[in-house]
Amino acid sequence: MAKKESTFLSMVLTLFLVTLGASAALGYVYELTKDAIADAESAKKSLAVKRVVPEFNNNPTEEFIKIPAETEGDTLYFYVARMNDDTVGYAIETYSKKAFGGLLKLLVGLKPDGTINNVAVLEHKETPGLGTKMTEEKFSSQFPDKNPAKFILKVKKDGGDVDAITASTITSRAYCDAVQRAFSAYTETQTEKGGMK
Amino acid sequence: MNQWRNFIKGFIKENPVFVLFLGMCPTLGTTSSAINGIGMGLATTFVLVLSNVFISLTARFIPDKVRIPSYIVIIASFVTVVDLIMKAYTNTPGPNGEPSLYDNLGLFIPLIVVNCIVLGRAEAFASKNSVFSSFIDGFGIGLGFTFALFILGSVREILGSGTFLYPALNFKFIKGDGMLAFVLAPGAFLALGYLIAIMNIVKKRFAK
Repeated sequence: MAKKESTFLSMVLTLFLVTLGASAALGYVYELTKDAIADAESAKKSLAVKRVVPEFNNNPTEEFIKIPAETEGDTLYFYVARMNDDTVGYAIETYSKKAFGGLLKLLVGLKPDGTINNVAVLEHKETPGLGTKMTEEKFSSQFPDKNPAKFILKVKKDGGDVDAITASTITSRAYCDAVQRAFSAYTETQTEKGGMK
Repeated sequence: MNQWRNFIKGFIKENPVFVLFLGMCPTLGTTSSAINGIGMGLATTFVLVLSNVFISLTARFIPDKVRIPSYIVIIASFVTVVDLIMKAYTNTPGPNGEPSLYDNLGLFIPLIVVNCIVLGRAEAFASKNSVFSSFIDGFGIGLGFTFALFILGSVREILGSGTFLYPALNFKFIKGDGMLAFVLAPGAFLALGYLIAIMNIVKKRFAK
């Protein structure tokens, strides 16, 4: 195939047309998938909320309270789950920055008395096959129905009650740290305001 | 050129991973399980086919001196399209909250842009051949890449976690943990090295 001559005009024009076409196409696809992406994100969150709190019939992802975390600029989100106006639990979006891959985000479901109902992992950058075992039952089943007031949220190596994941002590520590952060924030709001409505 | 041979060359003779050694970053990074390997391979195939066809269509209008930036913009656009589509439709977590396909691959999708396979095929094949040949070439090389990632992912998953095609097939061969090293980066290099050795034997047999 004959090569086209590269003149200044033809080069400028070609690059202009290529980038114009590319941005037009991308804008179109973005518009097309915008709603589906937003739906997938919110479905993901409400699915996680559903897994961590007892049965509810309100819409917790729209009914939430922001609690500032101890470090500047970070926020914990409390999603309130209700069944016919009775509060059945809170899903607390919490985090730990001590994880092996940096940030670990969990959703911790607490019953009104502070007992852990269930924990879901929202976001992590842990090593596949090692740290990712935190989603497996062997580790995660230690938390439901425990009250962190009595159940010490530390790995056994550090004098706590949690069995760490084999070869992933750092991830296990971060997991405990995140759950503890959610529980501390919860008890704080309870004592400060005399219970949340 | 015989189109069947054009298609099949991507699997053994010109397999991008085992023979051409192109695209090593996604190869080593994403193959911790067979499913991840297939997902990455298919996403790359999609981009490869589209960019090959588009570039073979437009190559004759693009001046020689600006062809590389033009190809990169075209490839980057297709990659972004794949990224958006995957974010929209493969972002549903598994029944027990396992990370979705997008969670696993999301980090690597933008890296397809700099995957040498895509630009390599555009430069070496699509810009010089007909649209149909380029389509077949992209499809063959892409599936060859998928095939290689699937094999590597399977080996690492079986040895490393004791599962195969998890979570589609939910069973474990072994009790407890597998050889963890194979899930981690060193295992990727080891497994790839042995697979390339085996591939060389296979190729020699074929040549005889």
